[in-house]
Formats: sequence, structure tokens, C-alpha cells
Amino acid sequence: MALQDICCYLDTLLGAPWNSSSSLSLPFGTEHTDLYSTTSDQKNFFSGTPLERCGGSPLRFFLPPPQIRGQFGKASSFLSNSSPTSSAVARPFPLSHGTTTLGFAFQGGVIAAADTRASCAGLIACPAAHKIQPIHSHLVVTTSGSAADCMLWERILAREIRLYQLRHRRKLSVTGAAKLLSLMLHPFKGTDVCVATTLCGWDRETAEGDEGRTQQDPISSSYNGTSSQAVSDLNQIRPKATAVGRTGPKVCYVCSDGLMLNEDLISVGSGSPYAYSVLDDGWRWKMSVDEAVSLAREAVYRATHRDAYSGNNVDLFHITAHGWSRREREDVKEEYYREKERVWYDRLQIKLQFYAEHVLKFED
Amino acid sequence: MLSTQFSGNNGGMKEYHYTGPVEHKFSPYAFNGGTVLAVAGEDFAIVASDTRLSEGYSIHSRDSPKCYKLTDTTVIGCSGFHGDCLTLTKIIDARLKMYKHANNKTMTSGAIAAMLSTILYGRRFFPYYVYNIIGGLDEEGRGAVYSFDPVGSYQRDTYKAGGSASAMLQPLLDNQIGFKNMENVQHVPLTKEKAVQLVKDVFISAAERDVYTGDALMICIVTKEGVKEEMVPLRKD
Repeated sequence: MALQDICCYLDTLLGAPWNSSSSLSLPFGTEHTDLYSTTSDQKNFFSGTPLERCGGSPLRFFLPPPQIRGQFGKASSFLSNSSPTSSAVARPFPLSHGTTTLGFAFQGGVIAAADTRASCAGLIACPAAHKIQPIHSHLVVTTSGSAADCMLWERILAREIRLYQLRHRRKLSVTGAAKLLSLMLHPFKGTDVCVATTLCGWDRETAEGDEGRTQQDPISSSYNGTSSQAVSDLNQIRPKATAVGRTGPKVCYVCSDGLMLNEDLISVGSGSPYAYSVLDDGWRWKMSVDEAVSLAREAVYRATHRDAYSGNNVDLFHITAHGWSRREREDVKEEYYREKERVWYDRLQIKLQFYAEHVLKFED
Repeated sequence: MLSTQFSGNNGGMKEYHYTGPVEHKFSPYAFNGGTVLAVAGEDFAIVASDTRLSEGYSIHSRDSPKCYKLTDTTVIGCSGFHGDCLTLTKIIDARLKMYKHANNKTMTSGAIAAMLSTILYGRRFFPYYVYNIIGGLDEEGRGAVYSFDPVGSYQRDTYKAGGSASAMLQPLLDNQIGFKNMENVQHVPLTKEKAVQLVKDVFISAAERDVYTGDALMICIVTKEGVKEEMVPLRKD
């Protein structure tokens, strides 16, 4: 599909507007006027120009006809060729929302962590969702907001980054990818598209030595927590002092309102206040990898404990200059029982000490 | 859609006391009920659905199965609004044919799932009111189940229930197939016969407690030999 795009291969889907509303394989720079059928009563394809400018429209959207859109009492004569701002049809079902995700950078790379609960009004639609998606070997994206929106926009982002890599022979930086996603989402500002993602990645130096490494496969071994290997490798490839702003670990937040933030520590979702309190307490740039991993786990665990819409498991990704590696998924239920035992044991210790100090003395 | 005036927003009935003048709006959606279920095994997949088509207090048909065969290795179950189910399956069939003509091979289950996700998201602002579950065999011959939400978010699972009785069935499947919420239990892999029996039991329970599920059960078993269909009666009241 990416190759098809570059070769400007015109797919036959273009000639069938009734089902091409969701074709992803449209060539770069196509004239979109021939898609607009002039006679049909209900065809109203939306194609935003910012999307064309950034490399071809990623997706065609079907807008409901004015009679349906206008049912909320507005005169909708002006809505026929503008963006779908206030005009979606009332949906008979709720979309999935609610989560805790976080990402932070430190001297040993970037940690991205998330829970795995996908909820839909009061029902847990999926207890084992994947909220952290790898985009390429050095970039992962955490999803928050509406699951379908996040999943599709991340597919589109992965496609655009891959196309960029094929056209320009280098990987787009994390900030660049964030900017691209933000621009792609901007036409949908005001609709109920709800995407709040954190792009966590490692920007690599674009020296000549990098060309050969762009085809490297991502490291995907499961991660056992003993990370002395990763730390010692890092010592050899610490970014240069002059380029410290452009290479190294990077965390960016992009949301469908149009916001793009460049920070060291971000948490998103309904459980983020609880995660922020734990992270703000424990984050330091010079943390070791073990400390960072356990901080991220603790933050997500505390958030799942207090937020009803987060829970089930903790997913953790660690991104270094070598790529991303994934830690095995952990059930928070186990941690809860471990902590309960610890608290019980501590209380027992206090009681025994009290007994020893105050009671045994008198019995001598 | 004669009975839209009698239906509330979620398929239930509106109350019968006088609340003042009510403005009736045309809703393009209706809720036609039905439950679908899919289970993936080691070398098979099962997609099952009931065959009742209802709307509000009426039953339109007792013989309207919600499983549609797409290829020799993939079956889709669609429940929700029947009009959208029909159109969606027509679109999927057409796209399958186009793929076959363009690439000279049949689409795999994973590819169909990815394609369906983009078809559904293309209608993000006027969604298909359909809960889809795809069951089939992947390239290696193992069972695969892909479950969707109405706007295109999807995920590969081992088992999933969708439709009106999904909230009742999913915990039962979690327990019996996923061995969840139980301690000290041996995880026995699921055989085809046991899976079919479990699906029948599960639908009988659903028909007892959900008014929109009943009449008959259609089970499609997908193996490397093809798709086999079985029809089992359920309660008709």
C-alpha cells in the first residue's frame, strides 16, 4: 500500500464512491473533485486541505445528509460543505473512554506505561486492551480517549511516518511525528473525535552511520527488570552535548483539541491525577532503569486502584537508543494482594514491638 | 420503521404516562436485537448467533440468522440494526471480490478484520450501528476471533460475545473458556465438541434472560475443511 502510494497507482476504488468512503489507498496529490458525485443526493465527502498538504488524504469520511444533521433544530444550509463540527447523528451507543496512561523520559530512555481496561459507559468492553502501540522501532504511542479514534489515527500516523521514511530516507523525529498527527487531527476539532496520545520515543542522530540502521527490526524481547545491560550500552551512545535538544529521549503529548506539548513527564486519562501525584513525587532525571520501571508500575497501579475506569493489567514499554522493549503484562490484582500482605505484616511487626517494649518489661 | 415512535433510544419502550407535547424526531437507527458469539480453538473457530429479528415489542422474523459466510475460512456475525448489517455485509462481499480480482488471492481473516475497521471508521460521523465479530482461521490454521465496536476499534480475542445479551454471556465465557475468577483450576485446552456444547448451553441461558434472543441458534463451525452449519432450536416465547 505504501509503495502504491508513491507510484501514484490509481486504484479502481476511486470509481466507486458508494464504498470508497473508507479507502486508505488513495494516491498522493490526487485531484479530489472527480470523487464528488454531482447527481447523488447523499454524497458529501469531507476532504480537509491540511490532510492533502501533508501527503494525501488518509481517510474519506461519509457525512450524514442534512435532514439528519439538522435534526437538532439548526438551519443547516451552510453545513453542506463545511467540516462536521456540530452535525454528527445522535448515536444510539456509547463509545469507549476512560484510562490511565503515562510516559516519561529520563537518562536511561523513555518509559511508557498504561492500564489495559477499555470501558464503555458502565461496561468493561475489554479487560485486555493494548493501549500502547509501537509505530516504528523507536517510537511507541499510548492511546487515550475513544478507542476507535485512537486505533485508526495511529494506523494513519504509522502509514504517514513510513511514507516519510521511504521518501526522505530518514525517520521522522518524535516532535515531527507529533506535529504531523496534530495537523491531521486539526480539521476534526469541534467534532467528537477524542484522541489524546503520548508519543514516546528516542530521536536518533541523523549522521551517515544512521542510514544503515533504519531498517533494523525492533527489539521485542520481554523484559525481566534486570537492566544493567541496557544501562551499560547507553553509556557508549550518550547524545552529544551540542545536539542534546534534538536527540535522545522525547515525550510529546498530542490531543484532538489541537494541543501539542513537549515535556519530560506526561500522564493522560481519567486516572492521570492519581498517576501524576506518584510520578511528581518520584521522578528524577538521573533515575536508574529499575527505579523508573518501578515508578511507572506504581503510578499505574495507584491510579487503577482509585479510578473506576482504569484497571486489570499494567503494560510497560521501555525505549532506548536500540529500540523499544516490552515488559510482560502484570495483573494489578496480584500487586493488590501482595500489598495487603505487606501491610498486614507491617502491622504485625508494630504490634509485636509494642508488646515487647511495654508488656514484657513488667513480667520480668 | 413504523414502530420507532414506540421505542426509546436503546431499544427499550417509552413510558406510557402523559408528559406534555413531545416532539418526534426521525431516527435513522432502530435496534433489531440478537446476540452473536465467537470462540477460537486450536484449529477451529465457531461463530454462533440466534435467529430472532425483533423491534420494540414485535418479532419481525424467527428465521433471520446473523452469521454471514465471507470466505471458506471466515464467518462474520453482525447484530444491531439489521439494515446496516445487510449493507455492511454487501460492502464487505464487494470488497472481497475486488481484492480477489486485484490480487488473485482470497483475503485472510486478519486482512478482513483490518479492512472492516477502516470501513467502519469511514462512517465515524454516521456510524453503522452494528456489533461485529469475525471468526475464522488465520494463515497458520489456528482459530482467530476479531471483535469490533461500531466505530471500528478491533482486537483479536479467543472468545467474545456481542449484541443484546453480550453483557450476560461475556462473564460466563470468561469463566468457562478463559478460566478467569477461579483459583486452582487446571487449564484444559478447548476441544471442538466441548466448545459447541458450551455455545449451545450459553445461548439457552441467554434466551432465558434476554427477550431479544431466542427462536433458534445457528452455529457455524470453521475448520480447514470449510464451514459447517448447524441449527438448534431455542425457546420461542
